[in-house]
Amino acid sequence: MVRRLSCAFLLIVALLALFAGEVAPAGFATQFREMPNSAPSRQHLLGTDDIGRDRFSRLIYGTRISLLLAPAAALLSTILAALIGGLAGYLGGLWARCAVGFVDLFLSLPWLFLLIMVRGLLPLDVSPFVSVVVTFFILAVLGWAASARILCAGAATLRQSGFLLQARASGLSGIRLFVVHVLPNLRPILLAQFWISIPVFILSEANLGMLGLGVAEPMPSWGGLLREMEGMLSLSEAPWKLAPLVLLILVVSCFELALTKREFAI
Amino acid sequence: MTSRIARHVLSIAAVVLLGAFLSALLVRSAPGFDVDEQQLDTRLNASSLRALHEAHAQEHTLFRFYLSYLRHALRGDLGVSRSLGQPVLGLLRDRAPVTVRVVIAGLALGWLLALALGLTAALARTTAYDVATLIASGLFLCLPAAALALLSVLLNAPGYLGIALIVFPKVFRYMRNLLDKAYSLPHLCTARAKGLSELRILGFHVLPVIAPEILALAGVSVSVAVGAAIPIETLCGIAGVGQLAWQAALGRDLPLLVNITVLVTLVTLSANFGADVMSHILRSEGA
Repeated sequence: MVRRLSCAFLLIVALLALFAGEVAPAGFATQFREMPNSAPSRQHLLGTDDIGRDRFSRLIYGTRISLLLAPAAALLSTILAALIGGLAGYLGGLWARCAVGFVDLFLSLPWLFLLIMVRGLLPLDVSPFVSVVVTFFILAVLGWAASARILCAGAATLRQSGFLLQARASGLSGIRLFVVHVLPNLRPILLAQFWISIPVFILSEANLGMLGLGVAEPMPSWGGLLREMEGMLSLSEAPWKLAPLVLLILVVSCFELALTKREFAI
Repeated sequence: MTSRIARHVLSIAAVVLLGAFLSALLVRSAPGFDVDEQQLDTRLNASSLRALHEAHAQEHTLFRFYLSYLRHALRGDLGVSRSLGQPVLGLLRDRAPVTVRVVIAGLALGWLLALALGLTAALARTTAYDVATLIASGLFLCLPAAALALLSVLLNAPGYLGIALIVFPKVFRYMRNLLDKAYSLPHLCTARAKGLSELRILGFHVLPVIAPEILALAGVSVSVAVGAAIPIETLCGIAGVGQLAWQAALGRDLPLLVNITVLVTLVTLSANFGADVMSHILRSEGA
């Protein structure tokens, strides 16, 4: 029941984000200069920011960027994990040891430290579109290590299995054996890792955005929208400014609730 | 045991050296590495610019920079920060105690919360309490570290509270699962049937079973806390190593970044190593 509700909520939010152009009352960069910092009204459901942009519209457009690009980054990182971890586990021996050593090096640095360091070293004065691509590309490129370790262990177990021995005996070898027999059997782990990575990447983007290293203005993202909290003096001052935070919590918790306990264990 | 420790120490040394080299490589290949703000000063003449260029010449060859860094580091000289113009050792010496205090306080509070809620949930075993604690931990699990930092600023709460609230849900969830598993062991049924009190069961039959895993979790939680220290210190204005790492990354400060990477890697690996050795001792004692 909870799982279905979570999936339904995620679907609704994803659809709203996908059709942001039709749902949002204004563009994400449209400025209503006559009413900056206005309180919620019928015209502006969540009020306007300090340069008069409609917060509700920016939230919907921001959701589109965060919610649609996080799965794209998760897909890329899962593919990388499958290639590096899966192949290393399948090949075994020195390959597996080298891959595990490299993964350990990656995992020995705290994820946020690594992310902030790499993002900080890349140019910040880029166009908003490039900043979106760079942010999510970094998440994908740096986020594969934990999944790779799990996939490496999964592939190593498969390597010893009877059906692979039989496939080898019947003349199958190399990349064909990996693609046709190993990868399909790793599918449950791949799917679970993909699903688990999405909320991690959403939260990481929010962290980067709040530190000014995420998506560049005027393009909205949840991290960028949360930066508005920096200007608040107290929580009760303008609670509608917390709308992106509430939506972020709801979406991330729905991603976690949508997973069964068994999938989490993978 | 001794060979296990020796292997761990060797692997820590290798990972730290490799990590430092990779971070140097990363900074060296980052766009704008060669640019020094001082070079844009129009008052400087050609010879001054040449002197500036020569001052950084050592950093232009990665291997030369790295070898010279290692040689100096062995003598206790960690170089001079390019962006702050101060010796790196002095900067780390000033800021490390601040971060250590924040991280330790955050870890202690986070673990205390997780232990208190986890154990009371295990002892009470009521659905309502279970659901309430799961919702509370789930809520904090869904909050980005930077948002927690801002919330603690808004609520005038100390910075370590942010770290505590990042550590707490991770520890709590894992501990709750461990306790669930331990309480479902068949010999506990016998212990209850023999009339042992719940506290005695917890102290003598549950905690010893989960202790090695809890220790391993303690090692991992150090890494989580150190990672969270960067946004927390940056947004809460705490002058610690986390804030320094942030400034070093933005200023493309090669000497500072390499040293901070070494320090962070050392701390996280040592914590994991300590936890691993302790849990190994506990396991072998249990066996």
